[in-house]
Amino acid sequence: MKKANLFVTCIIEAVRPEAGMAVVSVLEKLGWQAQFDPAQTCCGQPAYNGGAWDEARAMARHTLDVLARSEGPIIVPSGSCADMIVHHYPELFAGDAKYGPLAESIGQRTFEFAQFLADEIGMDEVRTRLHPQFSGAVTYHPSCHLLRGMKIDQQPRKLLALADKAEFAEMPNANECCGFGGLFAIKMSEVSGAMLARKLDNIAQTQAQTVVGCDVSCLLNISGGLHRRGAACETKHLAEILDS
Amino acid sequence: MAVPGLPSSVSFQTSQSQMSTSHPITFHERIEDALGNAQLHTALNRATQRFATQRANGLASLPNADGIRDHARLIRAHTLSNLDRYIAQFAEAVEASGGHIHFAKDAAEANAICLEIAKQTGAKKVVKGKSMVTEETHLNDFLEQAGLEVIESDLGERIIQLAGETPSHIVAPAIHKTKEEIGKLLHQTIGAPLTDEPEVMTAAAREHLREVYLTADIGVSGVNFGVAETGSICLVENEGNGRLTTTAPRVHVAFMGMERLVPAMADLSVMLHVLARSATGQKLSVYTNIITGPRRANEPDGPDELHIILVDNGRSKVLASETAEILFCIRCGACLNACPVYREIGGHAYGSVYPGPVGSVLTPSLRGIENWPEMPHASSLCGACREVCPVRIDLPKMLVELRNQGDKAGKTPVWLKAGLMAYRTAATHPALFKLGVQMGQLGTRVLARAGWINRLPGPLAGWTNSRDFPQFPKKSFSQMFSQHGNAEKPRN
Repeated sequence: MKKANLFVTCIIEAVRPEAGMAVVSVLEKLGWQAQFDPAQTCCGQPAYNGGAWDEARAMARHTLDVLARSEGPIIVPSGSCADMIVHHYPELFAGDAKYGPLAESIGQRTFEFAQFLADEIGMDEVRTRLHPQFSGAVTYHPSCHLLRGMKIDQQPRKLLALADKAEFAEMPNANECCGFGGLFAIKMSEVSGAMLARKLDNIAQTQAQTVVGCDVSCLLNISGGLHRRGAACETKHLAEILDS
Repeated sequence: MAVPGLPSSVSFQTSQSQMSTSHPITFHERIEDALGNAQLHTALNRATQRFATQRANGLASLPNADGIRDHARLIRAHTLSNLDRYIAQFAEAVEASGGHIHFAKDAAEANAICLEIAKQTGAKKVVKGKSMVTEETHLNDFLEQAGLEVIESDLGERIIQLAGETPSHIVAPAIHKTKEEIGKLLHQTIGAPLTDEPEVMTAAAREHLREVYLTADIGVSGVNFGVAETGSICLVENEGNGRLTTTAPRVHVAFMGMERLVPAMADLSVMLHVLARSATGQKLSVYTNIITGPRRANEPDGPDELHIILVDNGRSKVLASETAEILFCIRCGACLNACPVYREIGGHAYGSVYPGPVGSVLTPSLRGIENWPEMPHASSLCGACREVCPVRIDLPKMLVELRNQGDKAGKTPVWLKAGLMAYRTAATHPALFKLGVQMGQLGTRVLARAGWINRLPGPLAGWTNSRDFPQFPKKSFSQMFSQHGNAEKPRN
């Protein structure tokens, strides 16, 4: 089996490990063995976005050191963390003789999960190997850093369409932010809550029972809102659908 | 701070004057007020969504819109890289066309120049077109305190002037008001018939303003673009008020941010291709005025005098800073309409003359992050602003840059800084990180009922104000993976 490295993200590590295990399983079905270095922690994005760049750089150096020990593609089941590694690490380490070039080279072999499947493995091969059995009404939330940071839009939609027993409905204004924004959800909780309410209203209009996304952080926000409302709707990472 | 290469007349230390609309309450209180205002919510929902749709349609009508946006960005970048040269060329061309150019290092100087012109004119009444720079300098208050009567002629601006408010959007100043509110206001203030039909209101306002143009001594306007090659100023508008304001009174005074130049007419054309489309979805605004000099001897119309006040007010400092790119802005307002935060809270909550994503970068850049540390945090960094910006300003990048400047200036709240430092320690020591996850498992188990927490402690309570938080699963991913059949043993 070919080998791929998993950067699982801190939030999957702690809050949604089943999403990470689904990624491992999907990769195996596609002929890739997932390698996981348990020394990995957090990419540092919360500190970077919060403006605390000294802290962010320390976490980024640790992540780069860990990833540098690997060979081959690095799969990140999060558009946001992938965006951090691919786009913001080179900015953070511009002019750094050691970590600048390392950030560039790691960035070149780092892929978001849906991107790796659709663009690197290829939809033709994925289609022959994956036959997800998931059924029910679903909608898709395009997370901001996946969509506008990594510019990944159609890949997860095509992959979700492989679950041909599921009924898909597009939510209104799907591309609008769910209000998560990392520390924004805590520091600006009033506005964040209002943005979430709008997202939940849009989800409700689809009558979906499952909201699918590629960022567990946004799904954590959405599922917390759905639970607060008592809505009969849950959230799943795309990998969990593909692994069904 | 002086910018190398700028003529001495335009490079100065910057004013410390605040850019606030002097709100007595805190940012968070203003946000809560805005979120609780149902009328504001209705008005913002109607207008921002209409603008966003019209913008998308407007750009779709332009063949190769992406290429033209790239071109527009290049023009802005080139102009700002050579601003000293283009300012000198512009100033010379203005004088050659019979106009007068004035350099103002800050708001106070710009206002003083305008008042001096008014005194020399013997003016009593000033009619004004829309201008964000005069909002920045608080010109109206200043002239009124000097005994002049100032009347806004842009309908949106007139509405908020009559209401005693400030603009809440850089293109649509009265966007926070519903047509029903405006109908009532115009009825009470200028005796318009009570109605909620915009056509009836507009007709009444037109009647009300016509008299003002004929009796005003000075017309004050803003400037969308100055053309360095010809010394022309371009003003776009939809109501004809700009044209009347700049031609009917005997003296025309134009306030212009010193960065609003383009090299030549051909460049102006590129900018006009994207400006109105990005702002309102129009291919062109109804009126596009290009003014070169005052009335000439053989011309029947136009002012006897044209004065252009080139305003620095912090811009030369920004030009030499990490956020210089914000000076590319052509004030279309698309980032406001696209911003999910602006859509929720409107412009006034920001407390700054310039609201929304552009304001959250521009105001701290012009006035100092130490005075405006919270503004760059009023964003989820969703990137919708960057996507719609006609000159592709990387607004999220600059918001994060300003957050970093704030952090370095000691503006990160103590609890957050402590939390991030602790998190850094954990995240750079894998064993500590694992311990942290285990503590999270324990802690969330204690707080959760049936798997969910509805009230988190301390600063984290922000999260549970509007959503629940899940109990961590018993096993982390690392634990699950190490028990997974195919797991390869890690190398160390």
